[in-house]
Amino acid sequence: MANQATSKKKVTLADRFRYNKAALFSLIVLIVIFLMMLFAEQVTAYRPTQGDLYARLAPPSFAATEKGPAHIMGTDQLGQDVYSRLLYGGRVSLTVGFVVAFVGALIGITLGMFAGYFGGWIDMVIMRMVDVWSSSPTLLVALTFVMVLGPGKWNLIIALLVNSWTLFCRMARSQVLVIRSSAMVESGHAIGASTNRIMFRHIMPNIISPLVTTFVLELAHFINAESNLSFLGFGVQPPDTSWGLMIGEGRKYLTQAPWIVLFPGLSIGVTVLCLNLVGNWIRDEFDPLAVKQ
Amino acid sequence: MGMGKYILQRLAFTILVVIGISILVFVLTHVVGNPVDIMLPLQATMEQRELLTQQLGLDKPMLEQLRIFLGEAVRLDFGLSWWQRRPCMEVIFDDLPLTAFLIFLASALSVVVAIPLGILAAYRRGSIIDRLLTVFSLSGICLPPFWIGLMLMLVFSVKLGWLPTSGTGTWKHLVLPAVAIAFRPMGHLAQIVRFEMIQQLNALYVITARAKGVDEIVLLFRHALKNIMTSSITMIGNDYAKQLGGLSASVEVVFGFPGFGRLISDTIENMDFPLLQAEVFFVAIIVCLINLLVDILYAAFDPRIRY
Amino acid sequence: MTATETTAKTLLSVRQLKKYFPIGGGMLKKAKSNVHAVDDVTLDVYAGQTLGLVGESGCGKTTMGRLALKLLPKTSGEVFFQGKDIYQYSGEQEKEFRTKAQLIFQDSFSSFDNRDKIGSIIGEPLVVHNVCRGSELDDRVGELLRTVGLKPELAAEFPHTLAAGQKQCVGIARAIALKPDFIVCDEPISALDVSVRAMVLNLLKDLQSSQQLTYMFISHDIRVVRWLSSHIAVMYVGKLVEYGETEEIFAHRLHPYTEALLCAVPIENPRDRHIKREILLGEVPSPVDPPPGCRFAARCKLATERCSKEDPPLLERRPGHWVSCFEDFEGESEIS
Repeated sequence: MANQATSKKKVTLADRFRYNKAALFSLIVLIVIFLMMLFAEQVTAYRPTQGDLYARLAPPSFAATEKGPAHIMGTDQLGQDVYSRLLYGGRVSLTVGFVVAFVGALIGITLGMFAGYFGGWIDMVIMRMVDVWSSSPTLLVALTFVMVLGPGKWNLIIALLVNSWTLFCRMARSQVLVIRSSAMVESGHAIGASTNRIMFRHIMPNIISPLVTTFVLELAHFINAESNLSFLGFGVQPPDTSWGLMIGEGRKYLTQAPWIVLFPGLSIGVTVLCLNLVGNWIRDEFDPLAVKQ
Repeated sequence: MGMGKYILQRLAFTILVVIGISILVFVLTHVVGNPVDIMLPLQATMEQRELLTQQLGLDKPMLEQLRIFLGEAVRLDFGLSWWQRRPCMEVIFDDLPLTAFLIFLASALSVVVAIPLGILAAYRRGSIIDRLLTVFSLSGICLPPFWIGLMLMLVFSVKLGWLPTSGTGTWKHLVLPAVAIAFRPMGHLAQIVRFEMIQQLNALYVITARAKGVDEIVLLFRHALKNIMTSSITMIGNDYAKQLGGLSASVEVVFGFPGFGRLISDTIENMDFPLLQAEVFFVAIIVCLINLLVDILYAAFDPRIRY
Repeated sequence: MTATETTAKTLLSVRQLKKYFPIGGGMLKKAKSNVHAVDDVTLDVYAGQTLGLVGESGCGKTTMGRLALKLLPKTSGEVFFQGKDIYQYSGEQEKEFRTKAQLIFQDSFSSFDNRDKIGSIIGEPLVVHNVCRGSELDDRVGELLRTVGLKPELAAEFPHTLAAGQKQCVGIARAIALKPDFIVCDEPISALDVSVRAMVLNLLKDLQSSQQLTYMFISHDIRVVRWLSSHIAVMYVGKLVEYGETEEIFAHRLHPYTEALLCAVPIENPRDRHIKREILLGEVPSPVDPPPGCRFAARCKLATERCSKEDPPLLERRPGHWVSCFEDFEGESEIS
């Protein structure tokens, strides 16, 4: 721990990135994707729902049409600009993934910290819940939620949340167990610091880096999960769109217009890949328990 | 603790999980959703509604309904599917074997491909082969399987015409769905195998540097193989359970494959409550049994683990 | 223990205190066995003085220190602080107790939050108890740093930049921040280089006289304890075997274990090698469900059949000098 702390001080964040070019590249790609989505209004020429029935299923081209700028990724079955829809749909995909991972993290970390810190029957109840949950068909439970609540973005988030807290709960618990028996916590008790203070002021910040890793990896996972359910038609509903829904709607035109399916799939792949690389990098760099290669 | 006692404990846990999940789904479908609203058109009269409520037994108190449901579930009687108008069990057993076989094919494929490729990449660490494999396995992990399925279909069915686009019946119909499903576990497994082999090769380097005997090298590879087997079993087992629990649905939809995944998808679309309950019940049992099997196999391969 | 109570006021009294750690058991199962870490210990700590708690590692002295501060739940017995049982405290009383009683760790650095600067480590007790904040807090922290012999500017540094002795001083500053009455020093110098031990010991002694502190000084080194303590309590596998004023104990070793401990101290002058000494043989018995009888019996030359059957009670054999031994022993080794 002492060496870890020492190296943390001397090596700057930029230095750390230089050792791992793939992670640096991934981070840049993620930032670019994020900015493009954030400023979608500025970087696209068409509204996502602006159809043109005369320009249906137009292939990707850099040549401007009579009616406006080029459809660089082609148009879909309603003549809507695929590039535009990709950015607006990406907003939805990322929002769903982020909200699910974030709320799941809040719930899971809180429960895991309670379980690890208090132990005893609280620990037993919480961890039994996690055990039961982990060995049950959670996708089916999520689908049940979708069925009774009806499809839609927010219901999809609720359905996916069912599944997103357990991993955080386990992680947080095991981290807390290590720290709970530490002299740091005993010292906190000795000066009369409250349980809340010890937990949120001392334990929480010390377990944050493995949890950040878990968060990034879970974010990637739930972007994929969102696309899966939206593809099946149980998630985001038109006129809203998301990457998964774009693939689901475009698959009927696979033979005539493969670009409708191609680009959203690649977007999912690239985003998830970059998140994975960045997540693994955070784990290797900041987690003192991780084995360094 | 003896193995027998451990298995009994796990079976008891399985029953707990199955009952818990069944109750959860029951409560969700009966408290949050209203079956009568779903089954009848909007313009249905009050009399029609009341008649159906009575027929479905929804006028009884909730606990009574739950008791009846659990009592029937134990006898594997989930009633008629609303959508197909035939016993739920029949519907499930029509589709389950096909998907079970498809996923088995996919699992076998991922093991057969990933283990040699992972070992090869470890041997030629840093080479073109290694890099290609890394790209290949990472794309398998990151790209959605249904999208991979669509791309495979585009190339091998539409452009090349080698394989059918959809349906079932011949072995040719199984190839593309199995490959699409296999991509993700294949990628994970190849990474694990590569990592494990590299560690063993590093250790081997140390041993040869110390000029030790051949026995030790053999021992090392047996050790590596053991580790690879244990992680493969865990991974493939978990993946199998997940695929059977509805993950294969999107790939089955892509290929019009009349399997269990597509049945789940159709169940949700048709809001078929009894069928969903039957599916949840079955998948919960199968998932738990697979997990148990994985643990037992794990112990068989890793003598350190004793239950 | 009425004899000595007249000479000084009792700050902390421990009565028949027991702490068993269950091992093996599960959530619903009863523990298979218990570690008898502290077993029926009775002793007093007098205001403004130092009680030295000595024994080999694993004898329960650290657990005893934690119990005296209510940092562990007890199994049975009582701990009175200023006349009140600390295990019966209300929330409010406990909060007050935390300002009056502190702990100094063997390795202070491990007790710090690595992410905190020295200033916030030392100032945390003041913040927790709302003593002061803002610039007043900074002033107080600077003053504390000066008290323990460090530069006030260090407040802005991280503790890992310090040397081991300085880290220990930061731990001491944190412990005295609230102007406590009582401090448990848990082997505060054992982890330090010999060169800085004297510095830390002198600091502790100076602080004791300037701030009227009462120490429970835990150590395995009986020489250090002699130098610092007014009273000594010798522990062996969870039991108190001898207790009394330091010089009284050094003059009359009434328990064979104390005698052996003192003889284990290296002789400083090589010419004195010939001096007759008791050498401790055998192993420390396991504290897991120990059999009845004297814990020291297996290693004791004087052990009789009675020693392995009955627990020797702690009796006042000389005024203010308590021993738990059936034999009428008095150590005769020459010790420096």
